Amino acid sequence: MELLIFYPLAGFSLMLALGVVMNKSPIGSALCLIGMMLGLAGIFALQQAHFIAILQVIIYAGAIMVLFMFVIMLLNLKGTDTKWRARERNTLLTVLTTFLALGVLYKVITVIFEFNLDSPAKVPDTFGTAAVIGETLFTDFVLPFEVASILLLAAMVGAVVLAKTKLD
Amino acid sequence: MLLKLTFLVPLFPLIGSIINGFFGLKLGEKKVGLIGSAAVFLSFITTILVFIGFLLLPEGEHVFEQSLFTWMVAGDFHVDFGFQIDNLSLVMMSFVTGVGFLIHVYSTGYMHGEYSFYRFFAYLNLFMFAMLLLVMGNNFLLMFIGWEGVGCCSYFLIGYYFEKKSACDAGTKAFVVNRVGDFAFLLAVMYIFSIFGTIDYTEVFHAAPEKLIFGGEVVTIITLLLFVGATGKSAQLPLYTWLPDAMEGPTPVSALIHAATMVTAGVFMVVRCNPLFNLAPDTMLVVAFVGAGTALFAATIGMTQFDIKRVLAYSTVSQIGYMFLACGVGAYTAAIFHMVTHAFFKACLFLGSGSVIHGLEGEQDMRKMGGIKGDQPITYMTFLVSTLAIAGIPPLSGFFSKDEVLYHSLMDGNIILWGMGISAALLTAFYMFRLVFMTFHGESRVDPSVHVHESPKVMTLPLVILAGLATVGGLLGIPLFHGWHLLHNWLEPILHFDLASALQHSEHMLHEAGRHAPVWSHLLEKEEHNVWLEIFLMLFSSVVAITGIALAYIFYVKRPDLPDKLTEGQWGYDIVKNKYLVDELYDETIVQPTIEGSKLLWKECDARGIDGAVNGVARVIGWFSDRGKAFQSGFVRNYALFIVVGFITLLLIAI
Amino acid sequence: MVPLAHYLLLSATLFMIGVVGVLVRRNAIVVFMSIEIMLNAVNISLIAFDKYMNQHDGQVFSFMVMCVAAAEVSVGLAIIISMFRNKPTVNLDEFNIMKW
Repeated sequence: MELLIFYPLAGFSLMLALGVVMNKSPIGSALCLIGMMLGLAGIFALQQAHFIAILQVIIYAGAIMVLFMFVIMLLNLKGTDTKWRARERNTLLTVLTTFLALGVLYKVITVIFEFNLDSPAKVPDTFGTAAVIGETLFTDFVLPFEVASILLLAAMVGAVVLAKTKLD
Repeated sequence: MLLKLTFLVPLFPLIGSIINGFFGLKLGEKKVGLIGSAAVFLSFITTILVFIGFLLLPEGEHVFEQSLFTWMVAGDFHVDFGFQIDNLSLVMMSFVTGVGFLIHVYSTGYMHGEYSFYRFFAYLNLFMFAMLLLVMGNNFLLMFIGWEGVGCCSYFLIGYYFEKKSACDAGTKAFVVNRVGDFAFLLAVMYIFSIFGTIDYTEVFHAAPEKLIFGGEVVTIITLLLFVGATGKSAQLPLYTWLPDAMEGPTPVSALIHAATMVTAGVFMVVRCNPLFNLAPDTMLVVAFVGAGTALFAATIGMTQFDIKRVLAYSTVSQIGYMFLACGVGAYTAAIFHMVTHAFFKACLFLGSGSVIHGLEGEQDMRKMGGIKGDQPITYMTFLVSTLAIAGIPPLSGFFSKDEVLYHSLMDGNIILWGMGISAALLTAFYMFRLVFMTFHGESRVDPSVHVHESPKVMTLPLVILAGLATVGGLLGIPLFHGWHLLHNWLEPILHFDLASALQHSEHMLHEAGRHAPVWSHLLEKEEHNVWLEIFLMLFSSVVAITGIALAYIFYVKRPDLPDKLTEGQWGYDIVKNKYLVDELYDETIVQPTIEGSKLLWKECDARGIDGAVNGVARVIGWFSDRGKAFQSGFVRNYALFIVVGFITLLLIAI
Repeated sequence: MVPLAHYLLLSATLFMIGVVGVLVRRNAIVVFMSIEIMLNAVNISLIAFDKYMNQHDGQVFSFMVMCVAAAEVSVGLAIIISMFRNKPTVNLDEFNIMKW
């Protein structure tokens, strides 16, 4: 039953991920990426990680992708990269990269199937709810949580400084 | 508990030094002098309080240890920062702080108007701190810190007039020559640690008779190394050459550091380590002969010098030789006794010479003095008293202490040692009165433009006090009558040595090692105290002293032309006058080869060998880098590719 | 019930797509997006293992990953903007002054 939902979602995500990499225009890539994020949100939800699924939609598909869009629009980037296929199809780089990627994938798959992973733990109904994750976040991981907020603050300041026209 | 105040004794000078050193320039001369003297005075008062506290200790307790904190721990190595108060350190503390205070007071007058007045007092207080650490520490390492500290302050103060090249050179010389001795001392401390596993006095001295074989190699090496350290600090043969040059420093420094306190540190150290030295008869013989030799050797040089302070410097070397002679024959009490009385009269002599130099506006050459006793009556009187004391005229302090040394050198040593000692005594009387007659008597050879004047009260008052002490100091050790020798009774707990049981232990140890013990029974025979011999020796040495004075009177008052006539064309005299050419000898045999060797190392080894290797390595790496820089294409994606390739390689290796 | 291996397979494939994207594309913004794909791929395995072992640490970690991603994107895009100001392009091969 769950597999019936998983396969379409996984296929959808993989297709769109390929779309991100292969699309000519950045806008197209960005749109594919949003779709992929939503697909992954579905996969998270399938694993009962509701909270993360919601975050995935809000933060990634909502905030981060909007930022990407803004920048693409701001820089007025059209298909500047159009000729990449023509130029790089024959290069050593593409061949090498694809070969490496396939090799690694093969290796990883064999390793995954070497292990006996067929005894999942029994999961309670509350798994993945905001309440449970919040509790973990504010007890065991309160220090990393605070550090993360400082990181975000630093990133904000950094972004402002970097994007300013003149440093004065 | 008054003894709890112990840590304050060195603390006061340290605080004084810090205040004067950091804020002295703003405080002004008066406050700096006040702070410097007050710090030492407080230290002196505290010493007296500690002394009282020590006297109040219950019967049978002779040591009080105050451990402030654990200084360092490394494996078995454990050192406390602690003080040991016992009979010996109390004697040292009392006279170091007492004489130190008088010299501080004197300095406020002598250094008046100097450009960096505060610097002088900061160093002087720092010196007091280091000296007190030296005498009060409860382990060898703390003594070593004090030992280095006084050496360092001595270097600062000799080079006080650092704009003068000779002063700088003298400071460097003192530092380097001392280093030779310090190195030996450090080796001795390490050796002691390797044998005993501790460097605490109490533990080491307690274990010494049980761990060391009487007269064995180990104890002989340890004590010889310690003694080499002592020769460096206390200016004995063959490391005495720095002390006469050290007279480049201001006169109060010469009085405090290079006469009364620091240079006697070697003697103190030998006395402190008496449980070790007692076990090493060979070393004792070396100590005795080096001491006697130095006493005679320095006295001969002292006869021929014309710089007033240099004469006193050689006299100091000679008198410390006496102390080592006493140590060498096992008469530690006599050594300490002579050290104390010497501190009194030699400090007085140095301060007196300072007063003369002050009155003559910086003149140090005795050939340009003479006939100033009328102009400087107080200086003259105190100087004369101290000179009589050092010459050994009864009943002044020097007579008693020197006599005790000579008596023991005959009784416990041998006739050669005594002969050297008594000859040095004759020379001492002669050159000291030569000094007095040339400076104060006869016709004035002073530059007519100089107005001779008596020094201010802050300078003459310490002179009077010191002269008084030099007069009555002998009461500490009245000879002849059993039980009247205060110092002897006082130091008894420190110097107590059970030779018989030590020999028993040694025999036992040798037996276990499968060796035969030599015959030691003759060592246990003790000669009776011979009162009549002592009286005879006293009379004899008095006669000797008076002979010396009489000779000096004939040569320098009655017939002032006689010395020149006698020495005219005598090659022997020239050699002595040039200090036996020892400095030149050291220069030729040690200093010049070292400089040449260093130059060789610099030019050949360093510039060519090491620099060549370093530059060569750099060049090879540069060559490879030149080839390898092609990897740095500057394209971001290339770098990303490298990352991925590296990551995959790791992955494949790991899985 | 979806086996754990399926999730891991999906995660690995997505990750490699991201890697290829980073290496092959020249547009700085697309390179950034590929990095986002890689981060998301990691989140999949984190959550899959979390469920498999019934604990919450992995989810907290993916939360942190999202924080880092947000920070990285904001700073990264700012860098791209200032790069674009210096040289009106986002082609990474035009920026090669990092070499010797």
